[in-house]
Amino acid sequence: MKYRTALYGVRGLGSAKDGTHHWWMQRLTAVALVPLMLWLAFALASLGSMDYASAATWLAAPLNTVLMLASIVALFHHAQLGVQVVVEDYVHREAVKITALVLLKFITLLLGLASALAVLRVSLSG
Amino acid sequence: MSTPDRPLSPHLQVYRPQLTSVLSITHRATGVALSAGAILLAAWLIALAAGPESYSRVMAVVGSLPGKLVTFLFTLALYYHLCNGIRHLFWDAGYGLELDATYASGKAVVVASILLTLATWVVAVTSGSGT
Repeated sequence: MKYRTALYGVRGLGSAKDGTHHWWMQRLTAVALVPLMLWLAFALASLGSMDYASAATWLAAPLNTVLMLASIVALFHHAQLGVQVVVEDYVHREAVKITALVLLKFITLLLGLASALAVLRVSLSG
Repeated sequence: MSTPDRPLSPHLQVYRPQLTSVLSITHRATGVALSAGAILLAAWLIALAAGPESYSRVMAVVGSLPGKLVTFLFTLALYYHLCNGIRHLFWDAGYGLELDATYASGKAVVVASILLTLATWVVAVTSGSGT
């Protein structure tokens, strides 16, 4: 005879509503990053010169500004999701793990925001 | 969670490295390395926004010989992770999971990432960006 309710059995296992959210966002950002990273690598490679004026003029072009902003969002989100799994796999002390995961989210968010602001400053001042 | 009686798979050290397992851990390693590379991209953008002086300081590091080597390795890591990521997306959709297919796609990923890296650097050196 079991006296435990079904609810007791699932408590603490996490939400039932967003189980695939991490998985799906990792794939969605991956699909976005395929063309974006190919664009970024070949655009920088074919720039001709990496001096200040060439780089700033290139980034300030509307298409490049938009694609760079999209790259920043996808890249930092994808990096956060990926490194999160690595931390969850290898860090077994609960306090260290939680601290690392929170710091990871904060750092990737701050770096993403700072990068986006930098892109907008170059684009809007040029 | 304590499950002392649960059977464990053998430790990794007893396996002979195979193409599939080596490419698998390389995907993770390049992913972590590229996350550090994202910090460099942020540094490059922030320096560009801060003005010519900070930009030239960052480019002095990137343009040095060790800087170029690191940038080259980041290109290789990027293309490997990108190509192998596409391989993962096909697996997610249920394609290419047979043993011979995983070896064929694994070899294709290695060849494609090397070719893309070389193509990018040929373009970079020819245009002048990479010099």
